[in-house]
Amino acid sequence: MARDIRLLEKVFSLGKALDGFALAHPQAGGIASFVGKVRPDDGVEALELSHYPPLTLPGMEALADEVLARWSLDGILIHHRTGTLRPGAPIVLVAAAARHRRAAFEAADFAMDNLKSDAWFWKRERRADGWHWIEPRAQDHADLERWR
Amino acid sequence: MAIKLVFLGKLADLAGSPEMEVEGPLDWDGLLAALHGPLGAAVQEQRTRLALNGQVIADKNALTAQDGDEIALLPPVSGG
Repeated sequence: MARDIRLLEKVFSLGKALDGFALAHPQAGGIASFVGKVRPDDGVEALELSHYPPLTLPGMEALADEVLARWSLDGILIHHRTGTLRPGAPIVLVAAAARHRRAAFEAADFAMDNLKSDAWFWKRERRADGWHWIEPRAQDHADLERWR
Repeated sequence: MAIKLVFLGKLADLAGSPEMEVEGPLDWDGLLAALHGPLGAAVQEQRTRLALNGQVIADKNALTAQDGDEIALLPPVSGG
């Protein structure tokens, strides 16, 4: 299975996910991975990610298909958290397995840029004075434009 | 059976609840009439999208929904 795309409600093990991915693609010459974490900024006590089931996972699967069509890969993994996360906790793991490293790096980069600006997630963070919704960042859209 | 409205992100705060039921049939004007105050304004924002039964609709002004349908109101995503 070239795609391993999951929405996860609980803390997950990066090591187990990457080990399993490597085992599933023994023919790959290289695996590039990226881990996005809850940034331990001052004052942020928790981050909550909400999603809409009819759109969010299907959207991630469509993104994976786009990545597989664009680069020559053995496999693509996207594991993404939902729910309430603590500072330092992993939010997202993206990994791309390929014969050659350039495709793996680029595919993981592209997948992250898409997740950051196009995926169906809404985030809010809790500070001492309560919850605050996080607005889209212009930088995330600029990052995605690089691929167009 | 009614139409289920699902509010995502900050729209759920504006609505005061994540879901609401309205009587069908419903079009864009009917939807706006069912949403009061800042919620109506937020839904009219260009960047707010609508999904009907799990499919994002290209032109929200062309919305037509019947009893039993689910309409999701999707504010701009904050990214993964």
